[in-house]
Amino acid sequence: MDLCATGSAAFPGSTDRRFDAYLQLQAEVDGMPIVLALVLIAVGSVLFHFLSPWWWTPIASNWGYIDTTLIITFWITGTVFVAVVLFTAYCVYRFRHGTAERPHYEPENKKLEWTLTIATAVGVVAMLAPGLFVWRQFVTVPDEATDVEIVGQQWGWSFRLPGGDGRLGTSDIRHITAENPLGLNPNDARAKDDVVIASDDLHLMIGKPVKVLLRSTDVLHNFYVPEFRGKMDMVPGSVTYFWLTPTRTGTFDILCAELCGVGHPQMRGAVVVEDKASYEAWLGKQQTFAEATQRLKTTKTDSTPDGSSARN
Amino acid sequence: MVDTAIGREPIAPAEAGEVELYHPHSWITKYVFSQDAKIIAIQYSLTAMAIGLVALVLSWLTRWQLAFPGTLSFIDPSQYLQYITMHGMIMVVYLLTALFLGGFGNYLIPLMVGARDMAFPYLNMLSYWTYLLAVLVLVASFFVPGGPTGAGWTLYPPQSILPGTPGYEWGIILMLASLIIFIIGFTMGGLNYVVTVLQGRARGMTLMRMPLTIWGIFTATVLALLAFPALFVGAVMMLFDRVLGTSFFMPSLVSMGEQLQYGGGSPILFQHLFWFFGHPEVYIVALPAFGIVSDLISTHARRNIFGYRMMVWAIVAIGVLSFVVWAHHMYVSGMNPWFGFFFATTTLIIAIPTAIKVYNWVLTLWHGDIHLTIPMLFALAFIVTFVNGGLTGLFLGNVVVDVPLSDTMFVVAHFHMVMGVAPIFVIFGALYHWYPKVTGRMLNEWLGQLHFWVTFIGAYAIFFPMHYLGLLGMPRRYHEIGQTSFVPESAQNLNVFITIAALTVGAVQLVFLFNLFWSLRYGRASGGNPWRATTLEWQTPETPPPHGNWGKELPVVYRWAYDYNVPGAKEDFLPQNQPPDWGTG
Ligand code: HEM
Ligand SMILES: [Cu+2]
Ligand SMILES: [Cu+2]
Repeated sequence: MDLCATGSAAFPGSTDRRFDAYLQLQAEVDGMPIVLALVLIAVGSVLFHFLSPWWWTPIASNWGYIDTTLIITFWITGTVFVAVVLFTAYCVYRFRHGTAERPHYEPENKKLEWTLTIATAVGVVAMLAPGLFVWRQFVTVPDEATDVEIVGQQWGWSFRLPGGDGRLGTSDIRHITAENPLGLNPNDARAKDDVVIASDDLHLMIGKPVKVLLRSTDVLHNFYVPEFRGKMDMVPGSVTYFWLTPTRTGTFDILCAELCGVGHPQMRGAVVVEDKASYEAWLGKQQTFAEATQRLKTTKTDSTPDGSSARN
Repeated sequence: MVDTAIGREPIAPAEAGEVELYHPHSWITKYVFSQDAKIIAIQYSLTAMAIGLVALVLSWLTRWQLAFPGTLSFIDPSQYLQYITMHGMIMVVYLLTALFLGGFGNYLIPLMVGARDMAFPYLNMLSYWTYLLAVLVLVASFFVPGGPTGAGWTLYPPQSILPGTPGYEWGIILMLASLIIFIIGFTMGGLNYVVTVLQGRARGMTLMRMPLTIWGIFTATVLALLAFPALFVGAVMMLFDRVLGTSFFMPSLVSMGEQLQYGGGSPILFQHLFWFFGHPEVYIVALPAFGIVSDLISTHARRNIFGYRMMVWAIVAIGVLSFVVWAHHMYVSGMNPWFGFFFATTTLIIAIPTAIKVYNWVLTLWHGDIHLTIPMLFALAFIVTFVNGGLTGLFLGNVVVDVPLSDTMFVVAHFHMVMGVAPIFVIFGALYHWYPKVTGRMLNEWLGQLHFWVTFIGAYAIFFPMHYLGLLGMPRRYHEIGQTSFVPESAQNLNVFITIAALTVGAVQLVFLFNLFWSLRYGRASGGNPWRATTLEWQTPETPPPHGNWGKELPVVYRWAYDYNVPGAKEDFLPQNQPPDWGTG
């Protein structure tokens, strides 16, 4: 039914009735498919949530609180989602054209609007309060936590543990050389006994809180162990940190979670959480910074490949 | 209680006489270098959709790689990064921002406020051509040595300008240049939109009678004018770092085994600048969508928008708050963690005005007379996806909950739902709604149904399950996850499912494009006001409206934009320019 040949014919909009036929046609579009689709989305999302096999990996740190807050958030937001979508479906079902009485002309309803606003505020507080409570713990490092340095470099991980003095020595980008990839300060006595782990996994002792000090020598990286829940960017030029207590033994993947170039997805490492005895056995086999540089010097100058004498 | 106080003030007399418009004479000045906001709107929209198509194709390639890693031999890790970077940046800036403000803003502002054109038509024309230049510079980066930048759409330094990141040679330079040009072009248009809304309204069109579409576009433009400068300076500084060797964002570092001469700069400073723009950007896209969807719902449910005043104040409140939440994108960036308390609180507060808007949309449906037209269907789909994406925002905004989820596929799912899919649904609804005004013809209904159903169900099927990949711990910007101890094999099945859904949704967009062109010729003639809507653009003497919009006399506005089914009125709608004694019984 082509009523006019050109699209630009003049119709005085408000009084023109010729196109009511069109609106009638639109009105006859069946409302039930969309009602069903909305119900299906609400119900289907809930079913997917509970029945699908995809859920977080079991936790291996003290940050179970984070999981709890996440669950609270799931419950509150899930309820709101289902309620809003189902109510929308109901409105469409009940008030779709042809079934309803004349629409209500009601520009405002202060009481209803304020009730909903306050209810929303309550829901928001119910999520924010536990969230901030847990965040306070996340940013408050306990005194007994020991330092562990984790260094990101395109595209791998290195680690450094404090030596017998319990303190990490200073470092600077300008000290970086092939022999000193982490840039430890060779003149700093505190650095000499630091344990540098360049091509091995990081080991942590179960139940012992650690403050991970994060450093990068080139671009942004992010130290991410899904089982620990924590993560933090590593920023060249500064030292970032967070803390955790490993609570489960095992070997866990370290991933980089901040885009750092083409090797980003391949930037993997592993952290081994173990009991005190195994941890100390492992630690005993590691070299200090002084030993490592010494060994490198000897292998270079003596041309004897036997650098193992420096090992203890 | 019917509150008749809304929008019923008396009409002030005209303060000044009309100024004669400049009228073009040649075809070129009418349709190419046009100063008519409506033509500029069409130019903006077509350009945005063309470049958006590129972004869509890139998303197919990335999805293909994620489902079937390695099967397309030309997608290597570098290509993957380049695809997602260009996809993200094009979608956010060159498609959504340009389409909502340059496209819908230009078309609707003068018509809906009852003006003959924008306040500064010449500047408006320059705005479009500058935007086109920005797009061309962006496209050029596909053809330079090293290809486009693969730094991620966030362009974080130092990585973005160093070897190891694809496109660090030329791609990043062109990207920054293109953004700078885009912002210049946008500023010319944006000033126009603001001034036209403030100064160009017809007699009687008080601010509190304006359709919410205009409130949304207006507030978004103000946000953009305030937020883009942060990106602008960030881009200029980074360009200096890259080209002149300054160190605004560059600390001393070792790149690929080599000590570089940079020193003393702060990578986090860039992030602050980026997100001071980037968060308002979310609302630059969302507020026009909020406004437009309000009008779609009201018109097609034949009922006044519920809680108009609250809706206006919610838009303004969201706009203001959007400037104090930016660092919720930086909880794990290494900034001082104590900032987390402040930004989590502001972020969750913003949920309240946002929720009010959702309630009012649904309450507009309540006791309405709902016509399930295509625009209404898309509006309903918007509600579902926006509520979903808004709620997952409460996870990511609540600082400590963000820690495990940040930088995972959960984030990708969240922002696609809330600022990808939801606003795009509004764009679709709006195109079906206003197409008759632009062309005088209706879009084909049957193709529209097909387009709607596949897009709605498909987009939900893409992005809802994706959250769970993030919950598993799968990071974003990985071309493949590889071996891990925590991602089960079955997750790959989910990836395949998502990709199939994405390709299907992508294919049906071609049907929509076909409909746009097919209906131009073969669509059913629409008349001037096929939806029996109240707002001024539907009351023009001619459809499509000619240059100058209103013929001899400007409209005078007597009522707000939502007089549907007013008790006692003969018709189920009263246009804004109907004098009070007409039909009110
Ligand atoms: C059906 C349509 C779409 C599909 C299938 C899709 C798919 C994807 C995929 C696979 C990624 C990369 C994920 C990763 O590896 O990190 C991505 C990233 C992104 N997308 Fe989309 N997308 C779509 C539409 C949109 C829209 C409409 C927007 C507009 C807001 C958008 C904005 C972005 C952004 C900002 C990124 C991030 C890029 C980055 O990480 O730097 N996408 N999308
Ligand atoms: Cu990385
Ligand atoms: Cu944000």
